[in-house]
Amino acid sequence: MKINKLYLALFIFALIAPAALYPVFLMKVLCFALFACAFNLLLGFVGLLSFGHAAFLGTGGYVTGYLMMHTGVTPEIGIICGTICAGLLGAFYGKLAVKREGIYFAMVTLALSQLAFFFYLQAPFTGGEDGMQGVPRGHLFGIIDLADNMSMYYFVLAIFIFGFWMIHRTIHSPFGQVLKAIRENEPRAISLGYNVNDYKWVAFIISSALAGLAGSTKTLVFQLASLTDVHWHMSGEVVLMTLLGGMGTIFGPLLGAGAVVAIQNYLSGGEMGNYVSIIMGVIFVVCVLAFRNGIVGEINKVIKRNFGS
Amino acid sequence: MATFLGINLFGLSGQLLVGLINGSFYALLSLGLAIIFGLLRIINFAQGAIYMLGAFFAWMALQYFGINYWAALILVPLAVGIIGVLMERFLLRPIANEDHLYSLLLTFGLALILQGIFTQTYGSSGLSYAIPESLKGGTRLPFMYLPNYRAWIIVASLTVCISTWWAIEKTKLGAYLRAGTENPQMMQAFGINVPLIVTITFGFGVALAGFAGVIAAPVYAVSPEMGSNILIVVFAIVVIGGMGSIGGAIITGLGMGVVEGLTKYFYPEASTTIIFLVMVVVLLVKPAGLFGKEA
Repeated sequence: MKINKLYLALFIFALIAPAALYPVFLMKVLCFALFACAFNLLLGFVGLLSFGHAAFLGTGGYVTGYLMMHTGVTPEIGIICGTICAGLLGAFYGKLAVKREGIYFAMVTLALSQLAFFFYLQAPFTGGEDGMQGVPRGHLFGIIDLADNMSMYYFVLAIFIFGFWMIHRTIHSPFGQVLKAIRENEPRAISLGYNVNDYKWVAFIISSALAGLAGSTKTLVFQLASLTDVHWHMSGEVVLMTLLGGMGTIFGPLLGAGAVVAIQNYLSGGEMGNYVSIIMGVIFVVCVLAFRNGIVGEINKVIKRNFGS
Repeated sequence: MATFLGINLFGLSGQLLVGLINGSFYALLSLGLAIIFGLLRIINFAQGAIYMLGAFFAWMALQYFGINYWAALILVPLAVGIIGVLMERFLLRPIANEDHLYSLLLTFGLALILQGIFTQTYGSSGLSYAIPESLKGGTRLPFMYLPNYRAWIIVASLTVCISTWWAIEKTKLGAYLRAGTENPQMMQAFGINVPLIVTITFGFGVALAGFAGVIAAPVYAVSPEMGSNILIVVFAIVVIGGMGSIGGAIITGLGMGVVEGLTKYFYPEASTTIIFLVMVVVLLVKPAGLFGKEA
């Protein structure tokens, strides 16, 4: 019951938030939160550290951007296509990456995403260094004009809730229980007869498709798809969001994304802009040394200590 | 112009040389990673940033203190090695018993900090470092022109790689290191100071990257970005070779440099991606890597 009230409170907050906060900022937070939640599905619930999730974010973004600019499809079709393409790429990359474990998994995904980066850098349709600019937002279902920030905001919110619900369903399904079993003790999961690699693979596909969904949505919000989204920095950023918020928790990535986007927005305004990378690095180091459970993890600990479980 | 079967030998050998030079850097960096991985079971994500640090230290030494190239060749790896020792002792050791992913994230954070500091101080455009007087000029070979400094890079890096290999495979300290790789608890039980060996190993692995940075300074622009790009390629190389053997790391590093050089000649569009593509193929055919030992 307690959790349900929390969901309800968050939902009401999200509905009225644009009255107090800048909608574009909120949309950015929602896109990155979805991205981080998708990433956390792998890191937090399967124990796989992917250092290449930018590839899926970028793929979703580029596909949607291309379709919106050159074929005149409606935004929902553009987003669905972007998500599917990211999922397909995830199916290919995931199949390769799950062959290795732990640190190797991180290196393989990083190298594969760099492959995607160079592909998008050289491919003629992406606009190279300039990216795709001026992507139209279009009319949702051909009716609702998304150029208006408020309608766009509620559309993004709906997408986020859908993605969040997908992840929630995945984690609490029998499939999700097996994923957790793999995270806790892989040899035992194998001995119980689970084909561990297939489970990891499917989780990878779900995670990459949702990352693609976040990328597609982000392209519509900013009307821009650029190399920044496929750069390895972006993969690092999503790791940071998840680590800071609390990996393996449901709300951690949401909070982490909010915090990181807020920090970036705040810094990029002033002359502190150049310090973003240093500050991100310091947060990484502090999180790892002092604060491995992240914000939500620490709050959970305090709640448990004071109120019992 | 010498041609053979329609191939321009002059151009081909030029690209081969570039490939060998890149391969020398790949070999030095992946060797450092492999040594550190062997004992600590961690991947040093800051290895690229350390390489960049080595190049910057060389540049700063010349600029501010008038320390020449040859002195920098000794002093910079030493300084970088000390930084590595401090890093291991005060940052990595406290989390040594946690999941190894945390140490990866920690070193990633350090890489961001280092890169950020140098971007902040020197900008991202890159500085130039003059080739030392004694290595200027070049030799005219029958089929190509070989600049002396480029030849020196290959010689220097091969010398360091092979001596490292020899030290690890043939000396007593190397035997400790290999024993520590196999079973650190057992070695500790024999009364060997394992934490000390771990610290020294980390310092040495990092110093190799610093050394690579110094010899890279005169050929590449000294810029904050130089480390991160090469590191990702080196990661792919490490996956290709597997980190089972020291020799394997050296051979794979050099070999991939050559493969990259050849691709630059025959199909330039793929030269940035070829190593990643090789990695994909290796993962499909032999997932443990060419020299990997694990099942």
